[in-house]
Amino acid sequence: MNRKTKEIFIKYIFFVFALVAIIVLAMIVFSLFREGLPIFRQVSVKDFLFGMEWYPTYDPPYFGIFPLIVGSFIVTIMATLIAVPLGVLAAIYISEIAPRVIKEILKSVIELLAGLPSVVLGFFGMVVIAPILQNVFDLPTGLNIVNASMILALMAIPTISSISEDALYAVPQEFKEASYALGATKFETIAKVILPAALSGVTTAVMLGMARAIGETMVVLMVAGGAAAIPESIFDSVRPMTASIAAEMGETPYRSLHYHALFATGMVLFFLTLTFNLIADHVSNKFKQTGSATL
Amino acid sequence: MDANIIIKLKNVNFYYGENRALTDITMNYRKNKVTALIGPSGCGKSTLLRLLNRMNDLIDGTRVEGEILYEDKNIYSPDLDPVEIRRKIGMVFQKPNPFPKTIYNNIAYGPKLNRVGSANLDELVEQSLKQAVLWDEVKDILNQSAMNLSGGQQQRLCIARALAMKPDILLMDEPTSALDPISTAKIEELVEELKKVYTIIIVTHNMQQAARISDETAFFYLGNLIEYNKTEKIFTKPDVKQTEDYITGRFG
Repeated sequence: MNRKTKEIFIKYIFFVFALVAIIVLAMIVFSLFREGLPIFRQVSVKDFLFGMEWYPTYDPPYFGIFPLIVGSFIVTIMATLIAVPLGVLAAIYISEIAPRVIKEILKSVIELLAGLPSVVLGFFGMVVIAPILQNVFDLPTGLNIVNASMILALMAIPTISSISEDALYAVPQEFKEASYALGATKFETIAKVILPAALSGVTTAVMLGMARAIGETMVVLMVAGGAAAIPESIFDSVRPMTASIAAEMGETPYRSLHYHALFATGMVLFFLTLTFNLIADHVSNKFKQTGSATL
Repeated sequence: MDANIIIKLKNVNFYYGENRALTDITMNYRKNKVTALIGPSGCGKSTLLRLLNRMNDLIDGTRVEGEILYEDKNIYSPDLDPVEIRRKIGMVFQKPNPFPKTIYNNIAYGPKLNRVGSANLDELVEQSLKQAVLWDEVKDILNQSAMNLSGGQQQRLCIARALAMKPDILLMDEPTSALDPISTAKIEELVEELKKVYTIIIVTHNMQQAARISDETAFFYLGNLIEYNKTEKIFTKPDVKQTEDYITGRFG
């Protein structure tokens, strides 16, 4: 084989490998839709998305996933509210303030946190956080929104922190020098130059952290409590979409209505995470071109 | 002390870790003059410039010995705040480095830190841009990103940004090395104008530039100050052989 055919051969090998990932993904999406769409022959899209009752095993069954959507959103939003300040501040500390030794230690600890299996975190939520919540707030159960949000936040912090840190680190040294040369202090430089310049990256980090939280299954299955109802307080139990799919899929007859409804729930999740990712992508592209000029 | 002297260096040594980058530098800078620091790469001229507004503080493991007196106070004395010094001694860098903010906000950045009343902020922005001969080019696009300006415009913006702090001294670290000849000529004209109000210390790689714009020239080699005199004298009849060899292009 001469050199040129070898080059062409190698090129196509890589092409095939790249293609495999795309084909598998396409097949997954295809089967998701094939198994999910049939539910809409029986239940309208509106009743499915906005129906308040999720009683898939009753007779007649009710397939309204609105309480599940609310459950997913509320734990995701609360987890974000906890994880964003912690993740971003940790990133600022690591990239701009910490001495080198502390920086290395912190980075590895946060990476370790990212490596913890979600079932371990869920276990922690069940046996440590739940009893504390139950005793301190005198609740019927400690498996609730607050518990799930805290554990999800723990899972989102490494994502948010490490991507934010990359973004902060990528802010050119020249900007920092310019700021110091104008008599800015370190904190003025961080707040007014470094953070605005890294804003697109930080926003991307937040979106990816949220995508991670909304798609997370094991934790919410273990600690969210599993009540498929609209919560009235942050100490109520919820049943996020992922938990519902994971808990119920094993017990549904193949291609029953319930089975199709769970796949349709998967479709909703798919669109939600897709949206988060697209927003993250859009933000990072948009600001890459112009800098955050108007800030 | 001579009233015309604004900065006085006494036996200054500077170290990056164990490496001595500047050896026993003693020199005075005169008010409202342009002083050029020349010498081959690695001679310590940029390091020296960055000592004058304590920018080297930002680098870990550096150490200064000796005294640098500005208004009769050692700028390295522990009770002096480097932030205060940088407000009086402005700096323009080698590569134009506007913030990714609007033109207006680039200029307003420093004054806002000083909490200058916003009433005269517009005026200050206009005045600074006029001083840097950029006003006519940007007066209609003050709210656009500074990143859209050309390299030469960006560098004049950086000069205007430094001037908005109303400094006494302007340090320029090879301010034209990244610019085309036309932009370079504009900056050089500007330096000529600015020395009426400010004291300018400029590091340059370009000997013709030093000859064109400076009143006094200091030649550095391997961290030592070899010769320091009136520019005319340095470029016509240098006292030291090494200076002559460098000026005439025999090395460097």
